[in-house]
Amino acid sequence: MSGRISLRERGVALPDRKRLAMESPIRNAILPTIATVPLAQHLGSPAQCVVKVGERVREGMLIGKPQGIISAAVHSPIPGVVTAIHEVDLAQGSCAQAVVISLEGEFDRLRRNRSVASSDRSEAEILALIEEMGVVGLGGAGFPTHVKLRPPKGVAIEFLLVNGVECEPYLAGDFRLMVERPREIVEGIRIAAKLLKPRAILVGIQDLYAEAIDAMGAACGESGLPIEVVAIPSRYPLGDERQLVKALVGREIAAGLLPLAEGVAVVSVGTLVAIHEAVAFEKPLFERVVTVSGGAIREPANLKVRIGTPIGALLAECGGLKETPERVVVGGPFTGSAVYDLGTPVTKSTTAVLALSADEVRAGRRTPCISCGRCTSVCPAGLDPARLFKLVERGLQVNAGREGLLDCNECGCCSYVCPAHLPLVETLRVGKRLTRESGVA
Amino acid sequence: MEVPASPTLAGAPHLHEGSTTAAMMWTVTLCLAPSGLWGIWQFGLPALAVLAVSIAAALLGELGMGLILKRPALQDGSAFLTGVLVGYMMPPTVPLYVPLAASLFAMVVVKWSFGGLGSNWMNPALAGVAFALLSWSAAMGSWAAPLAWHTVVAGSAATPVASPVAFFASGLRNLTGAAAGPIGLLAQGHYPVSPVSQSVAQWLGAHAGVSIDPHYLDLLIGFVPGSIGEISPPLLVLGAIFLFRRRIISWHVPVTYLGAFLILIWAFGGLPLRGALFQGDPLFHLLAGGVLLGAFYLATDPVTAPHSPGGMIVYGVGAGALTFLFRDYGSLPAAMPFGIILMNIVVPAIDRVARSRRLRMRAGG
Repeated sequence: MSGRISLRERGVALPDRKRLAMESPIRNAILPTIATVPLAQHLGSPAQCVVKVGERVREGMLIGKPQGIISAAVHSPIPGVVTAIHEVDLAQGSCAQAVVISLEGEFDRLRRNRSVASSDRSEAEILALIEEMGVVGLGGAGFPTHVKLRPPKGVAIEFLLVNGVECEPYLAGDFRLMVERPREIVEGIRIAAKLLKPRAILVGIQDLYAEAIDAMGAACGESGLPIEVVAIPSRYPLGDERQLVKALVGREIAAGLLPLAEGVAVVSVGTLVAIHEAVAFEKPLFERVVTVSGGAIREPANLKVRIGTPIGALLAECGGLKETPERVVVGGPFTGSAVYDLGTPVTKSTTAVLALSADEVRAGRRTPCISCGRCTSVCPAGLDPARLFKLVERGLQVNAGREGLLDCNECGCCSYVCPAHLPLVETLRVGKRLTRESGVA
Repeated sequence: MEVPASPTLAGAPHLHEGSTTAAMMWTVTLCLAPSGLWGIWQFGLPALAVLAVSIAAALLGELGMGLILKRPALQDGSAFLTGVLVGYMMPPTVPLYVPLAASLFAMVVVKWSFGGLGSNWMNPALAGVAFALLSWSAAMGSWAAPLAWHTVVAGSAATPVASPVAFFASGLRNLTGAAAGPIGLLAQGHYPVSPVSQSVAQWLGAHAGVSIDPHYLDLLIGFVPGSIGEISPPLLVLGAIFLFRRRIISWHVPVTYLGAFLILIWAFGGLPLRGALFQGDPLFHLLAGGVLLGAFYLATDPVTAPHSPGGMIVYGVGAGALTFLFRDYGSLPAAMPFGIILMNIVVPAIDRVARSRRLRMRAGG
């Protein structure tokens, strides 16, 4: 269905809220005095804790080792002492064991300045390093990177797609990385290409990011790699993996399948920098770029933040709040989670911390559906969200499933445009979970 | 640091475009306003009184039903819009109990007895007007002269005033020989023309070499008798352009509705006048009888139109064809309301077919 929708009509055009943080160069955030490091920051099984309360840890030391096939290592972001290991609430609403580290001692990360060219390492060595350094997808989903870069047997990777679209409003971290560190991204591409041996490498960047397109174009040109930089319309959700595959390769990925199964690997620019740092400097993933923005923030900025830093500290560092926010959101405004606790720690999947004013949230009273069709016209999956909503509300998930409920990507465009302010995607999300749990899919 | 006292923990998305149902309804009402003001200017205080009664009755009906059913009412602007639309389809001199009854019927019977906004399967305003047309057909078929005719009709009070389509319909019934189209019928029957159009037509003939019947100019400008809100084509189109640009209406229904109606008029509209095929007069029928009001503001009602673009096209063509039938072969004084309302009835069926087609396409890949 969605094959008939052109890119320029997919999803929604958004008011430009990226400018708030786009001009702010990435700067180091103040180190947290107490870091709360969850052991489940990625898709798959949580890491297994390998430290004890009272133990002294060094910056970058392993504190959680991966267990199971899909899992990732977790490292200490700061030197210090483990003061507690307990369960914390994560932004997404789940709970996880976390190691609480109190800052103490010196920053003495070993081998910090050693650099090894990726060409000097074997593929097995590279994969082992990426796994050991706990690299996961930084675009938000947190899929373990060593799994993604080791495609299933028998699958030849045709395309390596680099995701520099960053389509959610407010977010600007990937933009800054592309402008400030394009060569490191290209080194990351070199490593990923060495492992995947793709037929073609394409970099998708939204057309609002002219500066990033230039910087990436220049760096790719210098690299000698056959990389093509492609401008993508600035619309949400064209940075979604499936949408990007469709935009760059023209291929539709069926619901329930990973692009990998179709011979397409998608890696975000932030992840590529982490891959480069892991392989060249053996640097564990213990910090990431976080955009701090929103109408209630005094000085929006892009910060390089140690994992485990409480989000409240980031808000304070950006000049604090100029008004009481309607919502504090971890992640992008379309897919992120509202949180109630400013102690919620930054994890490897935290793309942004947003303090949104009531003017931005524009929550409205729910009124009846008048079948205006706006939700259908913006749905990138070609669904009829209002119809699915009514079916799920009546408890008819099975019928909704037949009408494509599980193809919903939860992008949230439907709820964004609904003049009746119906909780469309919110309800479809519940319906999808109920369908999966009852196993009728 | 200041933190939200009770932060909202609603699920994503955490942004909204800012549109509301009420904003949509008031936008439509605003787009309709120029046409209604034109009607009030041409027909004077009686028109204003009809509009006031139809709007007040619609608000009253909505409020009453909301109180009885303990549901929020009057907050979305839809009752006001229904009241406006009912009033727009009334002759200006109709006794005031007619708009009162029509608006109450629209709100209480057609809208609220099916569950209120979003649940009705017939357009409330059209149903209210259809109710009035069937119940008080004489009152609904007596017309007042527009202000522009003032000097013309004052002297000949004996000539009863009729709207162009009503005049056309009675001309059809009493047809003796062949007539040169609807405009020919008007000319034969000495249908009045405003002095303004008369002199414009003369000027065009003398200076620009364009020969145009002044009746067309009256229709084009809105110097004719008719229902309060339907006589000014330019103002109706102006509002519709705004609705298109705000994406409140899409092209599917208006274009197919008008397209089907005008093509059928052109092809077969000459036959009732004892003419040949392809001798109909689409221009006359486009400008007279409120089809523009229907095409842009009534057939497009999202609640009672199909939801899929394909369904909208079927619906538009069907409503256009029925409007043609009632206009040229009907015995009722109004074609547009019945043409659209009959298609309202088929909308659930159209939607079901469209949905199963869509599902088959999904299943097929």
